[in-house]
Amino acid sequence: MVQGLIGRKLGMTQLFDEAGRAVPVTVLEAGPCVVVQRKTRERDGYEAAQLGLVERKPPRRVTRPRAGHFAKAGVPPTRVLREVPLADGEDVKPGDTVTCAIFEPGTRVEVTGRSKGRGFQGVVKRHGFGGGRASHGSMFHRAPGSIGQSAFPSKVLRGMRGPGHMGDRRVTVKGLTVVQVDEERNLLLVRGAVPGARGSLVTIRKQAGAAAEAR
Amino acid sequence: MSEQIIRSLEADQLKTDIPEFGPGDTVRVHVRVREGEKERIQVFQGVVLGRKHGRNSTRSTFRVRKISGGVGVERVFPLHSPMVARIEVVRHGRVRRAKLYYLRGRSGKAARIKERRRV
Repeated sequence: MVQGLIGRKLGMTQLFDEAGRAVPVTVLEAGPCVVVQRKTRERDGYEAAQLGLVERKPPRRVTRPRAGHFAKAGVPPTRVLREVPLADGEDVKPGDTVTCAIFEPGTRVEVTGRSKGRGFQGVVKRHGFGGGRASHGSMFHRAPGSIGQSAFPSKVLRGMRGPGHMGDRRVTVKGLTVVQVDEERNLLLVRGAVPGARGSLVTIRKQAGAAAEAR
Repeated sequence: MSEQIIRSLEADQLKTDIPEFGPGDTVRVHVRVREGEKERIQVFQGVVLGRKHGRNSTRSTFRVRKISGGVGVERVFPLHSPMVARIEVVRHGRVRRAKLYYLRGRSGKAARIKERRRV
């Protein structure tokens, strides 16, 4: 089976577990997805499955090249395409459907999304710089401060943190735990926060390696 | 759409036996306390300072203040938490604010709240 799924972030809430503790959860609408293409080591240099997210409303316009791509797989066109890895020794064919049933409560997952755009931000918000005193005439409030030395090296070192655009980039959160799976409604409840705004697209993948073994 | 889905997920965790109460009311909160293996009920009685995060969501909370041993103690309870076994309304208070944080600066006679009759 494939190791991941495409979904949409619906929002957050909290639920109580058996011990009475409040568990913060993110509700994701995950899948159903169809396999659109199988990437192989021989042809593409790596193994993966390309998934398309099946939505209630199928896209009305599809470009010719895209239409051909979907026709080849024998599936109706989708708006969103993402690639996910495959489990060892298992295979899928174009046309197969994948649902959130690949996850079960307790599965460790990582979720990739596009973080909320924060616009052009200063160094205090963007990099957590301390800033200066607000009062007592310090005259130094939210400025970045020194960004280097003088005649030597005579330049600002590469990678110096400064103000600039914040957010609206691809972010992956690892080590989240699946709390609940609702196959009927294609819902996935994940413990903790997930990047992006409500309604934004996310990719959910099973965590590989040691982190997945723990717990 | 997504709002409804989230509500439906919360639905079966919500309690149905919660009495009407709000800021200014005096309540007895029966809290489940775990001590090792044993579980017992502890009562926390005080004035409700306010409610937050909606009326009926798993996220809803309320804040209770009491004076214990001369020291003001405030606790925030998740309204629908299973750890809150029961909420009893002892007295309805007449107040004109949604949040009674001003009570923190007062004690004794000044911190009295008039009783509200006829509900």
